[in-house]
Amino acid sequence: MNWLTNFVRPKLRALVKQRDTPDNLWHKCPGCGQMIFHRDLEANLHVCDKCGHHLRLPALKRLGMLFDEGKYTRIELPKAPVDPLRFRDRKRYTERLKDAQSETSEQDALIVAHGTIGGVPAVVAVFNFDFMAGSMGVAVGESFLAAAKLAKLQQAALIAIPASGGARMQEGILSLMQMPRTVLAVEEVKSAGLPYIVLLTDPTTGGVTASFAMLGDVHIAEPGSLIGFAGQRVIQETIREKLPDGFQRAEYLNDHGMVDLVVPRLELKAALARILGLLMRPKPSAEVVTLPTPEVAIPQQPRV
Amino acid sequence: MKQPLEFEKPIAELEGKIEELRHLSDGGGVNIAEEVAKLQAKIERQLRQTYQKLTPWQKVQVARHPDRPHASDAIRRLVEDFTPLAGDRVFAEDKAVIGGIGRFRGFSAVVLGTEKGATTEARVRHNFGMAKPEGYRKARRLMELADRFGLPVVTFVDTAGAYPGIDAEARGQAEAIARSIETCLRLRVPMIACVIGEGGSGGAIAIASGNHVIMFEHAVYSVISPEGCASILWRSAEQAQDAAEAMKLTAQDLHKLGVVDEVVQEPLGGAHRQPVEALDALGDRIEAALRKLTPLDGGSLRAKRRDKFLEMGRQGLA
Repeated sequence: MNWLTNFVRPKLRALVKQRDTPDNLWHKCPGCGQMIFHRDLEANLHVCDKCGHHLRLPALKRLGMLFDEGKYTRIELPKAPVDPLRFRDRKRYTERLKDAQSETSEQDALIVAHGTIGGVPAVVAVFNFDFMAGSMGVAVGESFLAAAKLAKLQQAALIAIPASGGARMQEGILSLMQMPRTVLAVEEVKSAGLPYIVLLTDPTTGGVTASFAMLGDVHIAEPGSLIGFAGQRVIQETIREKLPDGFQRAEYLNDHGMVDLVVPRLELKAALARILGLLMRPKPSAEVVTLPTPEVAIPQQPRV
Repeated sequence: MKQPLEFEKPIAELEGKIEELRHLSDGGGVNIAEEVAKLQAKIERQLRQTYQKLTPWQKVQVARHPDRPHASDAIRRLVEDFTPLAGDRVFAEDKAVIGGIGRFRGFSAVVLGTEKGATTEARVRHNFGMAKPEGYRKARRLMELADRFGLPVVTFVDTAGAYPGIDAEARGQAEAIARSIETCLRLRVPMIACVIGEGGSGGAIAIASGNHVIMFEHAVYSVISPEGCASILWRSAEQAQDAAEAMKLTAQDLHKLGVVDEVVQEPLGGAHRQPVEALDALGDRIEAALRKLTPLDGGSLRAKRRDKFLEMGRQGLA
């Protein structure tokens, strides 16, 4: 617990890690089983160019693809108590946290950034699934509250992008308490008259789904994403029946009225920009076009 | 005692002995009063010793004890003129959530609870206390009714969790729970939540995001069952005891964490031995909380509730 273990060691590990990359030049698509070259995968935003399967997109790439020109500013996240329960399973929670921090170079599972999307100011709170399965503990709750506060301050839309296994079990009841706490964050944004959009990605489950993720003004989901409350294994053990095809997938939720739109990743940015524009710029753009210039053709493109 | 728990077996044996002696004396007319009194004292001593230092895992078992007072018992004992209301006005009536209007110690109130059921038939009818979306939507409907008429909301939480099933997912279990939490937090009337047995995860917090959260001494409240936690983190449900220790799910720990505002003592040997006394003690605490909260206006009730949850967890176990 000093500078050497907290700072130097993770950095060293990160350095050593980078040399492993040649192993991952090819990725196997979980959808069709074909091999995809890593450059193709990146160029196509981690969508398989053979079958259209949406692989998980790393959180920072998500920010890059959504904000205008890929430009955004991350905010420093509030401090939260580390290991409030002094939890230990087969391993100490503090060790698990350290490992996750050095693997991801992030403090916890939520990243908050602001910028513009389609010219509209937006704050994005994106889950990092690589950080302990994107599980929600006190730090995530605090960061989500900070995102809401920032949205209100900047009069910006709040966009939540869950990718989470649910509650952070190592924080016990305090992880459960992040459900009401994140609901309060949503309330803050909504009562300020600002849009709150949820982009549901694979996977969104448990306490995350049953709180802020289901309270959006608009729910968008990526194709094929697993979205639900109870885990499939738990359901199967309870009812002892086979689960229907496509159960708890984005399309299933769309059919059952829980998701407004299922949008492929490559069209996501445009859809989001359109929705934000519609909600945040309600006045007709004709209002601006007051100059008597009938001869000049007005470009039909959406104003940015 | 009808169903002794594993660690209560020595006490059950003593109780059996008393029964036996009584039976003997019925036949022969022998004076056994002294002997019985001795045994009775011994039982009390043992009960005190056992219940003073219940392990978290033992508390889980006590909290799940079938003879423990359920939400329906609490309503029967504490609420007059109880008028049950049914249905979510969307899809169905879910009997895992019971609720209605009634009079609690003079106050008109909306009373809600998750009901496990006492007999096999009742358990099936109440789906073992595991609510589906319609249950949470009904809870929301009744809370909104309370809000409209300025009635306080009192809830009794006793559930293993929200029901994990295909139909529940299809109808939006997550959305129903999220909305129910949102409604709790929006209320402009006092809301008092009592965890009387098992406080199971999302299914509990859906009706427990209140101004004042009370917990019975031997109740438990957690983000996942110890069995579930063990099977994920220890990769074996058999480590449930270790999980129960690690999760800090007892009323005493939760009070230290600031998640629970008050812990109510149970009668000697747990609420399942003397349910009436237990419920009356709980009733006194609910009444005290109500008297403190009712003079406040809607805005400050809401703000206080909000501030309480925002502050929660910023400190760990000191």
